[in-house]
Amino acid sequence: MRVTTLPLAVSAYTATSALGVGLDAHLEALRQQYSGLRPNDFSSAPLPCWIGRVVGVEEVALPSNHAEWDCRNNRLAWLGLQQDEFFAQAHAARERYGAARLALLLGTSTASIGATEEGYRRLDNERLPPDLHRTHIHTPHSLTAFVAAALDIKGPCLTISTACSSSAKVFASAQRLIGLGLVDAAIVGGVDSLCDSTLFGFNALELVSPEPCRPFDAARRGISIGEAAGFALLERIDAQTHAPLHLLGCGESSDAHHMSTPDPSGIGAELALRDVFDRADFDAAHVDYINLHGTASQKNDAMEAALVARMFPPRTRVSSTKGLTGHTLGAAGIVEAVVTLLALRDGFVPGNAGASEPDPACSEHFAWHNETRPLQVALSHSFGFGGSNACLAFARADRDPCTR
Amino acid sequence: MHTLTVQVEGIGVWSPQLADFSALRRLLAGEAPAVSGMRPAAAALSPNERRRAPESVLVAIEAASQATAMSGRTMENLACVFASAYGDQATTDYLCRVLARVPTELSPTRFHNAVHNASAGYWTIATDCRAPSSAICAGDASFGAGLLEAAVLACADNRPVLLVCSDTAGIGPLGELIGCTGTFGCALVLSPSASAGARLRLAATTSPPRHPPLPAEWVAWMQGNPSAAGLPLLAMLAQGGGDCVLAAADHLRLHVHMETSA
Repeated sequence: MRVTTLPLAVSAYTATSALGVGLDAHLEALRQQYSGLRPNDFSSAPLPCWIGRVVGVEEVALPSNHAEWDCRNNRLAWLGLQQDEFFAQAHAARERYGAARLALLLGTSTASIGATEEGYRRLDNERLPPDLHRTHIHTPHSLTAFVAAALDIKGPCLTISTACSSSAKVFASAQRLIGLGLVDAAIVGGVDSLCDSTLFGFNALELVSPEPCRPFDAARRGISIGEAAGFALLERIDAQTHAPLHLLGCGESSDAHHMSTPDPSGIGAELALRDVFDRADFDAAHVDYINLHGTASQKNDAMEAALVARMFPPRTRVSSTKGLTGHTLGAAGIVEAVVTLLALRDGFVPGNAGASEPDPACSEHFAWHNETRPLQVALSHSFGFGGSNACLAFARADRDPCTR
Repeated sequence: MHTLTVQVEGIGVWSPQLADFSALRRLLAGEAPAVSGMRPAAAALSPNERRRAPESVLVAIEAASQATAMSGRTMENLACVFASAYGDQATTDYLCRVLARVPTELSPTRFHNAVHNASAGYWTIATDCRAPSSAICAGDASFGAGLLEAAVLACADNRPVLLVCSDTAGIGPLGELIGCTGTFGCALVLSPSASAGARLRLAATTSPPRHPPLPAEWVAWMQGNPSAAGLPLLAMLAQGGGDCVLAAADHLRLHVHMETSA
């Protein structure tokens, strides 16, 4: 059975991470290969590691009519929404189509659990303290419910929480909703913020590196956790005929292997790739660049390097940019989608940041330094706990028709 | 919004009061089926996984197993959507307590059990399923949002989809705040074909949520657990017809109309 999905216009997009706020900051950091990682100054108890912290989240103030949603994750969401005129573009889409014809699909792995952690540090007679005794911010839907209220969206509003593939899978849900004509446009994205749960949780799994993460380095020692917010507006191409960048499709699969490690055979990841090839009617030969999941964990990078080597022709360039942003977990899908869109827009391959001694398993596909070259089709990989895989495919609208 | 039509091929339900769909049917008919006890069998899991899995996962897997068994579908190819308003609140309570005290003593297994897609992960591993799996939430509207997401996936990709919606009772300070006091899980296998059997027609509406009268204790279950918002639909399926309006988001309601054809 073959299901073809219609490509969509990516009519607006933005990201906020340790690299800074908005597209220009990300482009500059990618160009300069500037890393936003810094020694951990966040966790409530010492943990010797490096983090990708967004500067200034603490100072963000939500509008007073949304004060009930106040917490770090929603402040980061609000900060992210203000960049690259995204808030205004979302508003314009709502005016264009009507609030009920616009969907909101956001990914997050931990939502605002940081607020729940804080409440437990300051328990008041076995109750959360009065300032945090707010039901909405202690549920996994906190992010999407807040953004839906802030943007006044009245269509489908869904949180996808599949760990590190969360904000990639939102693109697939949006494409289905628009494809069936249930909505005219969708705002997708994701936000995850630093918290003790992920820092100490990944530490308990022995996956946190004591030094800045080094994806695909022979001596890599694990991940560096980061935080980020990112959003994109997806519309039908016939409604946005001049949009320069398109979402071709999203492939999805499950590993059926293990809760916290990828299947070393890469079968699940390969199925997600084949799914997007089938849906969008292209194949590995057309792929110019892949922004890899590349977490710097031993097992992910070994699996993914082998996947690239066996599936793609040598002309496909690949790299991980988590050495710059850190692993932003549930926000990684959208942040790396934005990096991929910038690479397509400006015609460059971001270098694989952080590695000094490449793992011998890495093939000639790896771009260890920035490269200038025109790109027409690019992918972004996201693989999460529970074996949840998603591969996004984007293309320039003006791409050579023979690459279709 | 256009109309979506899906066929219901399988139904599962588990709560401490309801062992399965047949118990629900009997209860609705005024009989008194045996209660199911405190722990679901979740026989799809290997004994090892069953030991490691938290209650939230056992409830979801039990409902999923019942629905897939009724559908006769092979589990390896069945795409799945796991919905839960709160995920595993008991694990979140554990996590936050340890983090407040000695964060470096966090259990790695309990950390990975805390991800919202834990049930989807355990299920796909147990059933060797490499089809797409998802884990979603939408607050009190999680059942309706999950129904919409699963029906959209079935219709857009022309494939059968397993929908599971479950929540477990909260504990500790988080449980006190959230007020989810019961445990309830339900599951449906939906397919886009509408040739025969029980069909659901879904359409957006501006009407407020409503449903035909239900037993008083069911209404209490619905108040004590957001996943029990599926009960009106389960009652329709048990009775072979009817309609209801379910919340699918803060401002979006789904009119669900059920019809049966031979």
